[in-house]
Amino acid sequence: MTFPGSLDDRDAARAIRIAGGEAVPLWHADPSLHDVDGVVLPGGFSYGDYLRCGAIARFAPVMQSVIAGARDGLPVLGICNGFQVLCESHLLPGALIRNDNRKFVCREQLLRIENNRTRWTSDYDEAQEVIIPIKNGEGGFVADDRTIDELEAEGRVVARYLEGNPNGSYRAIAGICNAEGNVVGLMPHPEHAVEQLTGPSVDGLPFFLSLIGVTA
Amino acid sequence: MARVVVDVVLKPEILDPQGQAIVGALGRLGIHGVADVRQGKHFELDVDDSVDDQTVVKLADTLLANPVIENFTIRRD
Repeated sequence: MTFPGSLDDRDAARAIRIAGGEAVPLWHADPSLHDVDGVVLPGGFSYGDYLRCGAIARFAPVMQSVIAGARDGLPVLGICNGFQVLCESHLLPGALIRNDNRKFVCREQLLRIENNRTRWTSDYDEAQEVIIPIKNGEGGFVADDRTIDELEAEGRVVARYLEGNPNGSYRAIAGICNAEGNVVGLMPHPEHAVEQLTGPSVDGLPFFLSLIGVTA
Repeated sequence: MARVVVDVVLKPEILDPQGQAIVGALGRLGIHGVADVRQGKHFELDVDDSVDDQTVVKLADTLLANPVIENFTIRRD
């Protein structure tokens, strides 16, 4: 998906191709999803992060189809700004706020994949530790205690930061999913860890492999 | 046309790093009596008669503010 201001849409498309899939470019103003088997909402600064990150992208014409599709089981992965869009759309609970340390953090991060039963993580081992780049200024995941406890109890924390919390996310939560497991929001960037030459690892590839060869 | 003002602030339990940065800057101005600063947003809307109070609440709650992390107040001038 490309919104005005999306940055990592092309890298996400490239990751899909490296995983063996067909990357279909989707456009914010085109309500059609063109029969895709999954949607990636990429990282970046959609609409300049005006008002709040993802707040305006949520109302793009294509999002009505994404929201309806997600409610119907369509796999949707929101990476970084995409995670923010998913929270603003209420497809996922909680919100992302400014990093507590007031720095834009751009580094490799150790993560633990805690739920390998989602549509996007089935190619991981449970509790697999991976190294995936993060780059965010508003990456702090927050929600009220009841919501956080519910996420933990239901196993809906998909990924957690290890060896240091880069942004103040509650319980060091790096990614979550909805109850059905088809919608995943992730602050780190798996699309930047899909080949040895251009990433710290290929640990991000299984996010895309999980969906390749699977029809909607 | 009427003017409607919507003020949005982070909920008290949400960390406000920008407010903390401002407190630090105040200190460097030589002003030390300010214990805390919370930064919010101020929206001024020029609306016609079709925009009733219910509509303003809806647009505030849906777009101008994120109710997960923000509270808002509405004032008609």
